[in-house]
Amino acid sequence: MTEVIGRIRRWYGAHPLHLLALLAAFALAGYAARAVVAAGQWKLVALWFLVAIVGHDLLLFPLYSLADLSLRRLLPRHAEGAPAAPNSAANPQPPVINHLRVPAGFSLLLLLVWFPLILRISSSHYRQASGLSAAPYLWRWLAVTGVMFLASAISYALRLRHAAVKGRPPADRRPEGDPSSSMAPDAAKGGSTSKPTITRDT
Amino acid sequence: MDGNAGRRRRVGLRRKAARVLRAVAPRAVTLIAVVARAAAAAEPAVVAALGRAAHAARRAMTAVRGAAARRGNPAALLRAVVSRPPPGPLFKPGLWRSPLRGQWLTSLLGLVLLCGLPIVAVTGLLSYAAYDPRLPGNDETPGAPLLKFFLFSWPTHPTWLYRVDQAIHITLGLALLPVVLAKLWSVLPKLFSWPPARSPAHALERLSLVMIVGGVLFEGVTGILNIQNFYIVPSFYTAHLYGGWVFLAGLITHVILKFPRMRAGLRSRSLRRELRTPLARTRPEDPDPAGLRAPAPAAPTLSRRGLLAAVGGASLMLAGLEVGQSIGGWTRWTALFGPRGLSVAQSGTLPVNRTAASIGLNDADVGEAYRLTLTGARTVTLTREQVLALPQHSVVLPIACVEGWSAAASWTGVRLADLAQLAGISRPTLARVESIESVGSFRRADLAGAQVSDPRSLLALRVNGADLSRDHGYPARTIIPNAPGVHNTKWVNKITFMGAA
Repeated sequence: MTEVIGRIRRWYGAHPLHLLALLAAFALAGYAARAVVAAGQWKLVALWFLVAIVGHDLLLFPLYSLADLSLRRLLPRHAEGAPAAPNSAANPQPPVINHLRVPAGFSLLLLLVWFPLILRISSSHYRQASGLSAAPYLWRWLAVTGVMFLASAISYALRLRHAAVKGRPPADRRPEGDPSSSMAPDAAKGGSTSKPTITRDT
Repeated sequence: MDGNAGRRRRVGLRRKAARVLRAVAPRAVTLIAVVARAAAAAEPAVVAALGRAAHAARRAMTAVRGAAARRGNPAALLRAVVSRPPPGPLFKPGLWRSPLRGQWLTSLLGLVLLCGLPIVAVTGLLSYAAYDPRLPGNDETPGAPLLKFFLFSWPTHPTWLYRVDQAIHITLGLALLPVVLAKLWSVLPKLFSWPPARSPAHALERLSLVMIVGGVLFEGVTGILNIQNFYIVPSFYTAHLYGGWVFLAGLITHVILKFPRMRAGLRSRSLRRELRTPLARTRPEDPDPAGLRAPAPAAPTLSRRGLLAAVGGASLMLAGLEVGQSIGGWTRWTALFGPRGLSVAQSGTLPVNRTAASIGLNDADVGEAYRLTLTGARTVTLTREQVLALPQHSVVLPIACVEGWSAAASWTGVRLADLAQLAGISRPTLARVESIESVGSFRRADLAGAQVSDPRSLLALRVNGADLSRDHGYPARTIIPNAPGVHNTKWVNKITFMGAA
């Protein structure tokens, strides 16, 4: 018995139960899909499954990664918060990047969810269904976006003030509880060279 | 001799195939490059990009040809193709540099989803049960009888059950969207791992991810578009219900296969310590067997607790700007984006899910000519005045939509049980309520015996002390405790009762 399992393992690459679990899942999904076929909907549903996956993995993800990368390129080096060890005490400014990322990300998330109403794409169906106009949603989104950026700016201003007050008396004050030695290697450019060697095991 | 001849023939064929490949491939690549250059002549940047792509393709081609020539068989060719990742940056592990990716983060996000998504799934399936699809006229999604094993007679009490169920389904579903996006972000490099499969088991497991990833995104898209009446998705009920089952199949397998890894991931770091670690002390996770951690992480720009706070904050924001449309009262003013939230509060009316205008209701339908026909042991036809002359009752009941919004109101009208009596049915087992509207999937609803007999089930004529508005179903509508909104049929002109006289 164990020998049979061993041979399956060698050929298949995992315990036979792994195969069983996956086959059961495919069977259940196939059974559900059969009802969609019976309803004459399978082409559209399959298309939307594909649109959802491709839309996320090959459109949404590259777009937000690119946006984040561009933001980091636009900002001056220290603003990213990359620990610049040798002069971090001399440059006590807290990083600004997350004060832009968070409100921008939240705002885009709202747009991602509510775009049919915000962009008035579904306004005629929405009016027929609810008797309401989709017009206010764009303004609400802009207002919420504005409020989030404002709140973020205020909190950044407060942090700046805090850092200035803290940084004033001793000129060479280090961030508390943070042995500077542990930050230094990261800043030694490239990052990867200073890290322990890592073998990529996939 | 025969064997030798066969071998020679095979070798000859193989050489011929290799010759054809060697002859055709460079020409094809050059041709593509020439066409691309010609097409993009106006765009220098595009030309440069295409040139680079053509160069990479040519290089890959050379490598493959070299390997094929060396080994001289198709399997080697295939191995040569697979052993090199495709050109372009996506498949180079060095591209992924976020220092926050790692097994602990993925496991934590997975744990949140493992707690949340089953609740969304169960509330969704309960919502399906609430439609009582076993009654002859109610099944919007016929087929797959085995998946209906859990259906039961939907109760009329507690009256808030459907309201709360749908509020949880929609609000929690929205709140989990940022977690889903973060989880997918944390594992996305694995999508581009190369070779695409190490073993049949690995290939099958990757294929099964289509069910869970495609499923969760598909359910999210169909649900989110439906609550905004953006009907570009196929038939919502069919797609969302069976898409949900496909997702559940993927989820259950994924949990079975990955649970040990999630446990190990969660134990690899302490959540409490992470919550106390600022950016300055944020370090990459240790390398893990799954290879989730970047091979060469960049310096962090965000602490791990900062990322968790952002994901949690995004969840709270999405839920917080929507949930008021389900709670009602003053909270409706906070639902800036709930489709029946702030806008309904501003209009000061009770929300509706279909207007009279949308079904083309005209004056003749609801004027003097309006008649209510009751059929049972006998047929009775009543004018609206005659219905008003019957004993009137008032109840406070919520109306709750599958789209998540709900609102309570005081309804006044005639008990359905009294109408059944009038039609000569004293022990109703089923009632079919029909509307003036001639088309539309919810122009009629079947009610179970318990729903008809419940003293709070009314054919309502008035709401909140005034005659029903046309949008709320004037001249008469049903209101059934704990039923989904669309089963409270509007513009009712016919009720057929079945049961014992």
